[in-house]
Amino acid sequence: MRNPIAERIADFLKHYPPFTSLTYQELVTISEQVKVVYLEKNQILFKIGDPTHSSFYVVASGAVGLSVISDAEETLIDKCDEGDILGLRPFFAKNNYLMTAKSREDSIIYAIPIEVFKPYVTGNSSVLSFLLESFASNTRNPYDKDHRGKLISENVLFNEQSATDIQYFQPIKYTKKPITASSNDIVKYIAQTMTSRQIGSVIIQENQMPIGIVTDNDLRSKITTGLFPIEVSVDKIMTVPVVTVPEDISIAEAQMMMLKHNVAYLCVTRDGTEKSAISGIISEHHVVAAQANNPGVLLKQIKRAERSKDLKIVRDKLTDLIQNSIDRNIPISHITSVASEITSAITKRAITLAIEKEGTPPVRFAWFNLGSQGRKEQLLLTDVNNSLVFEDVPAEQYDEVKKYFLRMSERVLETFEKIGYEKSEQGLNANNELWCKSLTDWIKQYNTWINTPGEKGIHTSSIFFDYDFIYGDPFLEKTLTEEIFSKTANNQLFYAFLGTDAIKKPAPLGFFRQFLVEQDEEHKDTFDIKNRAITPLVDAARVFAISKGIKGITNTYQRFKKLADLEPQNADLYLECAEAFHTLHWFRTEDGLKTDSNGSYLNIEELTKVDKVKLKNCFQPINDIQDLIKNRFQLTYFT
Amino acid sequence: MLDWLKGKGDPSFWKAYLDSFEKDNLDTPVRYVIFDCERTGLDWKKDSILSLGCIGVTSDHIEIKDFFEVFIENKNEAHQNEAVEKLFKAHSHQTVSESEAMMQFLNHIKNSTLVGHNTNLDIEMINQALKRMNLGKLKNNVLDINVMYQRFKNLPEDQHHTLEELCDLFKIRKSHRHTASNDAYVTALLFLKLKRKLRMV
Repeated sequence: MRNPIAERIADFLKHYPPFTSLTYQELVTISEQVKVVYLEKNQILFKIGDPTHSSFYVVASGAVGLSVISDAEETLIDKCDEGDILGLRPFFAKNNYLMTAKSREDSIIYAIPIEVFKPYVTGNSSVLSFLLESFASNTRNPYDKDHRGKLISENVLFNEQSATDIQYFQPIKYTKKPITASSNDIVKYIAQTMTSRQIGSVIIQENQMPIGIVTDNDLRSKITTGLFPIEVSVDKIMTVPVVTVPEDISIAEAQMMMLKHNVAYLCVTRDGTEKSAISGIISEHHVVAAQANNPGVLLKQIKRAERSKDLKIVRDKLTDLIQNSIDRNIPISHITSVASEITSAITKRAITLAIEKEGTPPVRFAWFNLGSQGRKEQLLLTDVNNSLVFEDVPAEQYDEVKKYFLRMSERVLETFEKIGYEKSEQGLNANNELWCKSLTDWIKQYNTWINTPGEKGIHTSSIFFDYDFIYGDPFLEKTLTEEIFSKTANNQLFYAFLGTDAIKKPAPLGFFRQFLVEQDEEHKDTFDIKNRAITPLVDAARVFAISKGIKGITNTYQRFKKLADLEPQNADLYLECAEAFHTLHWFRTEDGLKTDSNGSYLNIEELTKVDKVKLKNCFQPINDIQDLIKNRFQLTYFT
Repeated sequence: MLDWLKGKGDPSFWKAYLDSFEKDNLDTPVRYVIFDCERTGLDWKKDSILSLGCIGVTSDHIEIKDFFEVFIENKNEAHQNEAVEKLFKAHSHQTVSESEAMMQFLNHIKNSTLVGHNTNLDIEMINQALKRMNLGKLKNNVLDINVMYQRFKNLPEDQHHTLEELCDLFKIRKSHRHTASNDAYVTALLFLKLKRKLRMV
């Protein structure tokens, strides 16, 4: 009997990977075994620690959130929309779920029994690699440039190790043009070659194609045991077949293949099958070595850097890392946390190098990163802002001490410039005598900003409220922070001015939901994502965070998250803003890397339709948060 | 002697159908069969069923493989209106006789609980068909999603909603084509939602 309902489900599945790789008839056969599940809003599909189900799931309509518990707090990792797959864990692992899947709205889910789908996975390499990659990368649909596919698996480790996670999906470096032998070569001579070349394996080829491999293990278990004489031809003892992989394999995949086939060597071929030419060999050593080349190692390299050139190399590697992570759809929160660690390490090292040259500082001091670095959001090589606070000294020493710190800051900024950061246009740097002064002077400075906020004054000073303590004496930072928050508490006038600043650029939607594009010649018909979309969110997060007395969090995303905790009645809006910020940040970073610019201006024409919709969806929260600012701080008096 | 009391000469499928109600299987989860009919018209005496589509629901999910669909040859050609003609031209399904269809239908549903939208007419027409075969009435429990919705919203009994209206209310994408099986599937989705909202076990 024809089953039109199964056909209907197949019609849906065929649009989404990995089902795109299957024939329609296969999809119908699979669909006949599907169970359709309805989830009410906030209903749990599976919980962390639950035994794995016998099915995996595809979202047919609605949305399912995936979350993990980290530091006793439930953190939403990602949201699965229409066509996204979740619950792949039982394919690859026997243990329990490591994530919680909970519907975020009324949802219809297709449950596909693993037993039914398994034959198609093993029988179809593109399906297998999709699932492996999705599972391993613990991120979104690896095929989809539109970021439509979402997080698919549940093996995310949400902790400091996120740093290690990122490099795990970089392409692996392996030995190209490996040493090969023919099947009639004598084992003794092959062993001699292996010894002289210091390699652990030799691929046996025929017409450039791999037919087997001989490894240390084969020599040990088959020759030295006396099973075969040492003069035997290699085809008697080689291991067949050799496991082959394609050229662009990632570290994660390589490791997965080794575990799956229980081998220590993988043969790389042109198209990944054993029927094409050999192009390299991956050993366990490569996997280990590749994992050593991770953010942790970059941090070590920074500590050992002796010159600004060394730091530049590290920063360039970071750009590669960010680019790769963006390509692989690693969540932007992971990327920023890794990048900001490295950025602050670079700053620290630049300061220590400057101190080595200038001699021991005369008094205690503290170095702050400001602006995007201060908010730990800098991914592109944009401008750097910073300030320096030194301990109070007697008036007669003041000039001398200040001169020392100006000289030191000058060196730090020279290093930054060599690394490739842009100069701050307004000179908001520690080598500027306005922004390098004693604690008392700084307290006075902040008091001026807080108590007599002129429109012009607040504009330049707002970034001074996004500061991140990088180097020096934490006592100075603590004193300054407490001073600032005691002055800002319930200071309606100050909030009002910060708020006015935050709503200066209205949400960027024109009539008929068109994008507001730029009119001036240089950036004509581009969309200014930085000033029109990102800055309003950054400003909004700042004014709310300060008014709520949130100390120590400067990151926009985290500020919104914290606000959602503190104000449950507006939690939804804050969380939407947090998400919107991430999405926008993603667009800007991707574009900035592509065009090698600061990513401020997006070319609307180049965006796909899906991307445009994604971008537009970020604008409503901007509009809503600006309304909230107007009401909260009663800006009608001021505007 | 007893044969006569039980209704001598009753076909074996009818006996099997009746027997399925004898067993007390309290342990197994209730099987719901969501069904929908296409008919020649709305008069339960004159009109007849053209097709029947069923989809099963067991413990909170739709089982796609628990599917049944049958198309019935239409003896009463005079009744065929334009729309129905179109339906048949569009997909020339293999049709069976009404009695054959009923036999298959009973074999499929067994003692399940039947669920449909505005079930009264459909059930009555099935009973009429069974009567033409000299058989008794359907024994199954019947649930009507319209009644379930009334109960969920505490609406008066005379307030009726079409399948389309219910789909809109529950944000279910309607099928583009109105066939018995498509409507049964949409009804099944509605049933899952209502079942959850009414906290039916």
